[in-house]
Amino acid sequence: MIPATALKRTPLNSVHRRSGARMVDFGGWDMPVQYTSLVEEHHAVRQRAGLFDVSHMGEIEIRGVEAFQLVDHVTPNSIADMKPGQAKYSALLYAHGCFVDDILVYKLSHEHFFLCVNASNQDKDYQHILAANRWNAEVDFASNRYAQLAIPGPKAEATLQKLTPATLASIRYYHFLDSEVAGTPARIARTGYTGEDVFEIFIPPDEAPRMWDAVLEAGAEFGIRPCGLGARNTLRLEAAMALYGHEIHATIDPFEAGLGRMVRFDKGDFIGRDALQARQQRGLQRKLIGFEMRGRGIGRDGYEVLSEGRPAGWVTSGSPSPTLGRNIGLCYLPAAEAEVGRTIEVVVRGQPVEAVTVATPFYKRAR
Amino acid sequence: MYPDNYKYTKEHEWVLVEGDTGTIGITDHAQSELGDIVYVDLPKSGAVVVQGKTFGSVESVKAVSDIFSPVSGEVTAVNEALAGAPEKLNEDPHGGAWLIKVRLTAPDETGNLLTASQYQEYIGAAQA
Repeated sequence: MIPATALKRTPLNSVHRRSGARMVDFGGWDMPVQYTSLVEEHHAVRQRAGLFDVSHMGEIEIRGVEAFQLVDHVTPNSIADMKPGQAKYSALLYAHGCFVDDILVYKLSHEHFFLCVNASNQDKDYQHILAANRWNAEVDFASNRYAQLAIPGPKAEATLQKLTPATLASIRYYHFLDSEVAGTPARIARTGYTGEDVFEIFIPPDEAPRMWDAVLEAGAEFGIRPCGLGARNTLRLEAAMALYGHEIHATIDPFEAGLGRMVRFDKGDFIGRDALQARQQRGLQRKLIGFEMRGRGIGRDGYEVLSEGRPAGWVTSGSPSPTLGRNIGLCYLPAAEAEVGRTIEVVVRGQPVEAVTVATPFYKRAR
Repeated sequence: MYPDNYKYTKEHEWVLVEGDTGTIGITDHAQSELGDIVYVDLPKSGAVVVQGKTFGSVESVKAVSDIFSPVSGEVTAVNEALAGAPEKLNEDPHGGAWLIKVRLTAPDETGNLLTASQYQEYIGAAQA
């Protein structure tokens, strides 16, 4: 069936539809939210392996003799200490210090960087970087040249190793290399968004359907499952990883979001630096913190949070945690009240329901 | 899939009328759209429900959704088993996972509801 509206589609759209996945409008993209059961897909990733189509994610390539200078200027994290083959979590910030987007920076060389950005932000991100480019650097909107698959789970390495001559065990977390998967040129990265060991592969879009089948076949003996974005969300929430539009957006800065580690004042100037220093000196107004529901109910995105009976903040993400069997979430609270072990209330459909603030991540895999 | 002796709403509830009793549930399409169901909130026996008005809610991992009554009446029974096993709604929405039984106060209302074939046409159209 053809969606009535002009939703964007990944190269795997017909594969998802043929497989009977349930499709939803995900930020303007026609994406699978689940194949069979969100909860079963979630458990498959924690216990075995999962396969996600994340081809909606955007890619921006920056090349040239001054590529480093541009990337260093538009991101708060340190780029100078990155080695070729290394990836780093960072952001694009406005001059006022808040998020344009959160991104992954992959360094191929001092003159070639590869950025992976959020699907719904890719045009905005591209314009933001272009506007900042006063160096001899070429900014290339590359999303149409890449399909992206994510393969998380304890059996991800065993699955993918069957398909590639690269020695996957040699790729450390947040590193990558260019090789082949199933005979197709592929960028293989040990980066991801689920709190499990994970590989992400960037491949030519035409090869995506064949690659999808090849990975499922290779992983069959380990119990791999195709997964929808519903499980991606519960997995990342258990790992307390931020999602743009929820934990972070254009009026939240990295310190508030608990991402101060991506801000390196010890490097040179970058967009947002002055504002962030001023914000840090002024002191944090609010802070992201985890919570667990004590009463019956699920605190969902946008629900009000009460502290000592007074409006104090809001929920950014909330869901039952399939791994923990409890209802978890993230919320913003005044910085002075954002301490672990505090009793709060989440207003669930008009009714205050007791919750308690907890340390994050909610889930951490045993290594 | 959709029993011919049930009547359906565009909000994806069903009702089976037997004498002056209506048994109410949500459709297979509804449970499929919601995904893994984790909570079911239902009224108590004796409560009054009104056609087209909400009488409870179903919550899945992903979302919470109101349940609208297909008929007006007084609640005579509640499926207590769902409180401890809400996942039954994913498994048997047209059978064992009924929600409530009501004594109908306006039996003629069922004339407003969809037949099984009309409902299937409706959800087919909604999916296109």
